[in-house]
Amino acid sequence: MSFKPVLLWSDALILLLLAVVAAGVWLLRHNETFRAPLRQVLASRMGSATALILAVYVGIGLLDSLHYVERLPDEPGKAAQYSGEVKSALDKLLSPLRENVEKTYSAPFATHLYAKETMTGPDGREVRDYPRLKHGGAHLADPDQEFWPDVLKRGGLGVLGGMVCWTLLILPLWQRGRTHSALAWTLLCILVVTGLLVALAPHYHVLGTDKVGQDVLYLSLKSVRTGLLIGTLTTLVVLPLAIGLGIAAGYFGGRVDDVIQYLYTTLNSIPGVLLIAAAVLVVQVQIEAHPELFDTAAARADMRLLALCGILGLTGWTGLARLLRAETLKLRELEFVQAARAFGVSRMRILARHLLPNVMHLVLITVVIDFSGLVLAEAVLSYVGVGVDPAMISFGNMINGARLELAREPVVWWQLVAAFLFMFVLVLAANLFADQVRDALDPKARGRA
Amino acid sequence: MLNYIVRRLLYAIPILLGVNLLTFALFFMVNTPDDMARIHLGAKHVTEEAIQGWKREHGYDKPLFFNAGVEGAAKVGDTLFVEKSLKLFVLDFGPADDGRDIAREIKTRMWPSLAIALPTFLVGLLAYISFALLLVFFRGTRLDTAGVILCVALMSISGLFYVIAGQYVMGKLWHWFPISGYQPGLDAWKFLLMPVLVSLVAGIGDSARFYRALFIEEIGKDYVRTARAKGLSELRVLFRHVLGNAMIPILTGVVVVIPRLFLGSLIIESFFGIPGLGSYTIDAIQAQDFAIVRSMVFLGSLLYIAGLVLTDISYTLVDPRVRLE
Repeated sequence: MSFKPVLLWSDALILLLLAVVAAGVWLLRHNETFRAPLRQVLASRMGSATALILAVYVGIGLLDSLHYVERLPDEPGKAAQYSGEVKSALDKLLSPLRENVEKTYSAPFATHLYAKETMTGPDGREVRDYPRLKHGGAHLADPDQEFWPDVLKRGGLGVLGGMVCWTLLILPLWQRGRTHSALAWTLLCILVVTGLLVALAPHYHVLGTDKVGQDVLYLSLKSVRTGLLIGTLTTLVVLPLAIGLGIAAGYFGGRVDDVIQYLYTTLNSIPGVLLIAAAVLVVQVQIEAHPELFDTAAARADMRLLALCGILGLTGWTGLARLLRAETLKLRELEFVQAARAFGVSRMRILARHLLPNVMHLVLITVVIDFSGLVLAEAVLSYVGVGVDPAMISFGNMINGARLELAREPVVWWQLVAAFLFMFVLVLAANLFADQVRDALDPKARGRA
Repeated sequence: MLNYIVRRLLYAIPILLGVNLLTFALFFMVNTPDDMARIHLGAKHVTEEAIQGWKREHGYDKPLFFNAGVEGAAKVGDTLFVEKSLKLFVLDFGPADDGRDIAREIKTRMWPSLAIALPTFLVGLLAYISFALLLVFFRGTRLDTAGVILCVALMSISGLFYVIAGQYVMGKLWHWFPISGYQPGLDAWKFLLMPVLVSLVAGIGDSARFYRALFIEEIGKDYVRTARAKGLSELRVLFRHVLGNAMIPILTGVVVVIPRLFLGSLIIESFFGIPGLGSYTIDAIQAQDFAIVRSMVFLGSLLYIAGLVLTDISYTLVDPRVRLE
């Protein structure tokens, strides 16, 4: 075997999350109260289109979560050696992008470097000019003449390929009447963009290169996993805390309620960023003090990411808990709970069978709404210096690395634009999807916001 | 009412104590003063004497909770918890790790923070509520739909984008304002206008959508139908009846942040180079100056609790049914 799979902690948690979601869907597949809202979300134009976009992001993130290390060439008489660099399936897929590293900045579709260099001309004299890129447009003999025909030819082929794929995918669905126009158009957009990128990205830096010459498209795609992880793993921490404490406070009342209320008022009273910053600083010091626990740089960055998710979760459960407490207070007085109590149903059973299912819609709505906020928070926290590991590729670190370059002449704008654009599409899709979920689960709120 | 306020303020003590214990646990027990010394001394090969010296110099060379080395009340009094943590209760912040007095810094830096936060807050409140009322007035029409879509789009953009784009367009391309910096006195407006504008635009998506939802909920109620049946104009219904009745939820979200305006905004201040408390905090985080971080955490909680009490008082002002007992 020329590679060995590596399971980082975050990968394991993602797999766990996937398994839990899959099991939940499988268990609830005949449950009408679960299926009806789901069908409603997926049947709506906005819901289906945004779900498709989110699915593409999740796909990228999952591909980027299958990690492995490559096996180094065998040396006789030694056990197999593995490279210290952890790669993912996405890296493999994008290897032309990952390996086409230039010297420094270059604009999107550029054939020449951003900065002038002193070169020795063919006649032996030294000239100062923009050198050709090593990879971007390197196949062109004369960029001035051939650039546009080449880009148009490749781009046209890419668009054509995308449309062919679209036709093949959509026709069977169309015949069965299982699709509608919004979904079809979104799919067309996604496939055409993918076609364009597949056709052009191996030969040009479609979104330019960054300071050390890495392809910005590659960086943007790699950032997706970080953003998604922060959004989802934080939820894993929030849910047990918020559900457990919120329902307990509402149902048991008295002392339990007092203690839990005290807990979340105290946490709430600390300014959010400061609390996160304080906790991250502490974790950072601890990670630095124990370098022996992490065998690769990827493992250390991964641990810091997990710690960040944990901290965001520990500081972020209060809102949902308060919501659930209020709802439970209302529910516990209703007839069906009273009846259950009169029948002598145990407390735990009342909590699990009668209260939990009736607050689940609030949980789902909050989770979906909070997701987009967490993706945005990553960028801000990385700017403050308490975000993910500086070596990790993330939207925040991309923005951070490029924000001072706007002062240059000519302006280096592509890295910022790429990061903001990828983040915007993800967050917008998540926000619109959240609206649909809320409408489906909470009919009272429909049309309100 | 006085009774109520006193009780609420007393209730604040356990919360502040909790905050105090939490930060103390984070900064002194998980992270020991030895770790802190190592960070500040920087080098990899730090000698034990250097660490002890740094701790002595900054007053971190005492036991955490119990000092067995001295006599009497000082056994509890002469400890890190009392010296560094409990003293915050009397607003004695002590010196920062770079030796400067934190209280004095706070006193001078809160004014620039306030100069940005207060106009942003007031103009923002007015603008967001007006915009939301406008959308509600045209509810169900294309204008409303377009407005809501605009709000969702605006709130999907990272806050950093507004700052960076604002600086680039208004500062560098159009030369309207200096890109960053600050100057005390009357000339300050030149430096303040852009941060205020940027914060206003950055906040509109979230807030306008929230207020719109509030008003739409109110507008479905019976008293609105009665008001219309009396022949009142739609504008009058919106401004007098709907706005008035939506005041409680609006105040719940708004009043609590007023005391915290002093603390300023981390991102805005550090991007625009405003020497306020926000940039002070961010510098402290980046320099890992835990003394400042602890003080700001405590101050933030204090102001938050003050905000909660103010919120309760403000309820009695807008709704005569609310009485604080």
